[in-house]
Amino acid sequence: MTHLENAMQLSKETLDKIDARVEKYPVKRSAALPLLHLIQEEKGYVPEEAIEWIAKRLELEPINVYEIVTFYPMLKRSPMGRKHVRVCRTLSCALRGGYQVCKTLQEQLGCKLDETSANGEFSIEFVECLASCGTAPVVMVNDEHHENMDDDKTVALCRELKKTSA
Amino acid sequence: MPEEKRIILKHADEPGYTRDIECYLKHGGYEVLRKSYKLKPEEIHSEVMDSGLRGRGGAGFPTGLKWKFLDRKSGKPIYLICNADESEPGTFKDKQIIHKDPHQLIEGMMISAYSIQAKQAFIYIRGEFFEGARILEEAIEEARAKNFVGNNILGSDFSCDLVVHRGAGAYICGEETGLIESLEGKRPYPRIKPPYFPAVLGLYQSPTIVNNVETLCNVKHIVEMSGKEFAKIGTPGNTGTRIWCVSGHVQKPGYYEFPCGGLTMGEMIHDVCGGLLPGRELKAIIPGGSSAKVLKADERFSGKLKDGTEFDWSIWDIPLDFDGPAAAGSMSGSGGIIVMDNSTDIVQALSNINAFYAHESCGQCTPCREGVQWMRKVTRRMCAGDARKDDADLLLSIANQIEGRTVCAFGEAAAWPVQSFIEKFKDEFEDYPANGSVSSETGDKQLV
Ligand SMILES: Cc1cc2nc3c(=O)[nH]c(=O)nc-3n(C[C@H](O)[C@H](O)[C@H](O)COP(=O)(O)O)c2cc1C
Ligand code: SF4
Ligand code: FES
Repeated sequence: MTHLENAMQLSKETLDKIDARVEKYPVKRSAALPLLHLIQEEKGYVPEEAIEWIAKRLELEPINVYEIVTFYPMLKRSPMGRKHVRVCRTLSCALRGGYQVCKTLQEQLGCKLDETSANGEFSIEFVECLASCGTAPVVMVNDEHHENMDDDKTVALCRELKKTSA
Repeated sequence: MPEEKRIILKHADEPGYTRDIECYLKHGGYEVLRKSYKLKPEEIHSEVMDSGLRGRGGAGFPTGLKWKFLDRKSGKPIYLICNADESEPGTFKDKQIIHKDPHQLIEGMMISAYSIQAKQAFIYIRGEFFEGARILEEAIEEARAKNFVGNNILGSDFSCDLVVHRGAGAYICGEETGLIESLEGKRPYPRIKPPYFPAVLGLYQSPTIVNNVETLCNVKHIVEMSGKEFAKIGTPGNTGTRIWCVSGHVQKPGYYEFPCGGLTMGEMIHDVCGGLLPGRELKAIIPGGSSAKVLKADERFSGKLKDGTEFDWSIWDIPLDFDGPAAAGSMSGSGGIIVMDNSTDIVQALSNINAFYAHESCGQCTPCREGVQWMRKVTRRMCAGDARKDDADLLLSIANQIEGRTVCAFGEAAAWPVQSFIEKFKDEFEDYPANGSVSSETGDKQLV
């Protein structure tokens, strides 16, 4: 386990959260997805070692964790941009101009869809309906929603995002 | 103009109403929980039976009856799960409850857990609801500190813990058996029914009740006003209120709570949502989330209702309850009404829907996994300027081979849009120009 501990180097805070999480379930395996979330929150993605680490922690085979990592779209196997932009592509947003918003985002941020900008600042990704269809089109930046987007608002949002860039 | 009747969303948008427990208590919060714990679990169950409450998650299954199916003889622990996956395109009601009135959900869940005698409850919330999950966790801690959740609730001998479990961006986790697999820490492959009815073989192979957020909130109001009083709201067989979510081409999209059957589609679109955008005409409405069959603007719907009365409706006359959209050959589903006006390129609209199902199929059954990809490829090719005369028939034949041949209802959810779009707009599919989109005269938006 030690080589793994070293490779992972999780903060004390995350380790405490992990212990508390595992406690919550009648069956340990249920904690697999929550643990992946916790590790991704700290690292920005799910590093390869995390699979074996979680398997050990929950007394599972690595394949049991691997099958989850490869299924869920929100689990990332490589780092995303510091500002992770999710654009809804589903019908209600599309009817209100979601595709145009996505185009403008790409132009303004200098980052292509499904890619991460060279400086590691931005990633843009299409996602499915975000349950904000009444205020379509919607964009999420990290965990924040931006609703009723149009071209002007998108340009303004991008200006803000670039201002706070490293 | 039809008046909203807000029961579930009574306080949600009130000025000054906040989501913390102090505000909730000031508004009579957890009083119904107190009342409930003085009743016998069976008494609450019979109120729910009397209320006629039907599930708000999509299928409209009677909640009391679902609870009755619980296998109590097995001796295994019973689990309660709140389905807060809210991923059906066009649906955004559960989020309002979670963000604005989380304690209402917790109270509804703790009453329900007591009634079914579940000692462990979960809220399965979709991964993208980062803030929703935080809000719920905070609210649960507030409720635990006041002994509304946890050990010996309100001094009774009943204990129940409540845990928030986050998904990670997969629509199939909304399907209840997929949800259960996900909560067990596996890929969310739906289970085959029979034998895996959750009420018998659910979470950890134990009896489990899965109910939607809005459904569980209703339980609180049922105990508060009594099942019989609740049943007076709405129409027979369609009791209580429903939160309808309207999106797409209307002036005022949004969520609106009305008694079931309290208004028609026309009143909803014209009066409540301010009508269509200026200068536009209606083309089609999807009445219950993207899985529901599309309704065409100039269709006539006729037949006999369950109670034998004959009906002959235009799209505007369809009553908004469970049975109205079903009588019109579609369904009220999750309550997500998606409106498309005459600027909509119908082939692109279907292509957008197909892309959703192609992305979200769990891949477990061949007809679904292969069929949804194939349908997406066909509509995408059509939109890219290579439409062929027989594409309509091809799409229909693929959809027909998915329906009824899969483990879970996702198969139908993916087939119904294709079947209904082709059936109702066949000429637009057959005459789709081979050089791409139909027309941009009306300023249509790109949908793919
Ligand atoms: C593909 C698919 C997706 C579903 N997604 C959801 C969902 O996001 N939320 C939900 O409450 N029910 C969803 N359901 C319905 C659930 O399987 C289940 O019927 C529901 O949670 C039961 O709650 P209710 O009886 O309170 O309606 C979905 C069903 C299918 C087939
Ligand atoms: S119908 Fe589709 S989503 Fe449902 S189990 Fe089969 S492959 Fe998975
Ligand atoms: S379609 Fe974009 S939030 Fe629902």
